Amino acid sequence: MEELSLHILDIVQNSVAADAKLIEVEITEDTAKDKLTVTVKDDGRGMSEETLRKVTDPFTTGRKTRCVGLGIPLLKLAAELTGGRVELSSELGKGTTVTAMFGYSHIDRQPLGDIVSTIHQLIVMNENTDFLYTHRINSKVFTLDTRQMREILGGVPLNTHEVMVWLLEYLKENESSLLKNCDGKE
Amino acid sequence: MKSLAELQEIRNRTLNNIIMRKEDGQGVRVVVGMATCGIAAGARPVMSAFVEELAKRNLSNVTVTQMGCIGACRLEPIVEIIAPNEEKVTYVKMTPEKAARVVAEHIVNKQVVTEYTIGAAE
Repeated sequence: MEELSLHILDIVQNSVAADAKLIEVEITEDTAKDKLTVTVKDDGRGMSEETLRKVTDPFTTGRKTRCVGLGIPLLKLAAELTGGRVELSSELGKGTTVTAMFGYSHIDRQPLGDIVSTIHQLIVMNENTDFLYTHRINSKVFTLDTRQMREILGGVPLNTHEVMVWLLEYLKENESSLLKNCDGKE
Repeated sequence: MKSLAELQEIRNRTLNNIIMRKEDGQGVRVVVGMATCGIAAGARPVMSAFVEELAKRNLSNVTVTQMGCIGACRLEPIVEIIAPNEEKVTYVKMTPEKAARVVAEHIVNKQVVTEYTIGAAE
């Protein structure tokens, strides 16, 4: 995993596998505090305290085909390399929240990378799941709520080609204007 | 700038097509491995390439979905093409370029790209 956006794509698969109906993905970049925080919160089936304790162990997985799971351990490593950490909280039947904190300017912090592709794929590949995506860079914020999209679209699924093409452009435009505004330059 | 209001236009334009698509029955399915191993090996741009190619060619009866790890991590990114009444074809070590060729040759022209299949790799 070379980008934080790839970790996000991977971690959110856990929420999808936990039958979440709504997954909230939030990225907060705070240059004053020198922190980058990624939060993935779902309303899936959650984990017991025992599972929660073991989940950063690579030899723990919910999968039945093999006994290795690297998603959370890789995220933890990426965070800890930058002086940050990963926090997990979960309740059976309620959902799970994963928070990864990174040192913003740390030399080992991976770039966020192609977050547009990550969010686009998560939305169009999971027709039965809603996403609330929030990206904050200091005081600027971009939010996308698929529940709002669905309301406007009526019965048209989000994975219709025309909607997918629109969504990709929408994400690209908003992400790039978020960056533009932050630097105070074009 | 794109706005959410444009979704209303898309809705009006596509609702009729959706009904047709449902009547079309089941089409071809493109299934991309998106577990940790797939993602680390480059599955994300491969999936994007399939979505873009299919949209470009307006192949609305072809759907792209994802699957977990199937245990051949060393061959990721792995893509399966599942067509009704045909044997499943498994492509390995995929790239966006290979994806474009699979869409053109396999999905459109029904010619399996043998050199990219798991049989050719193993």
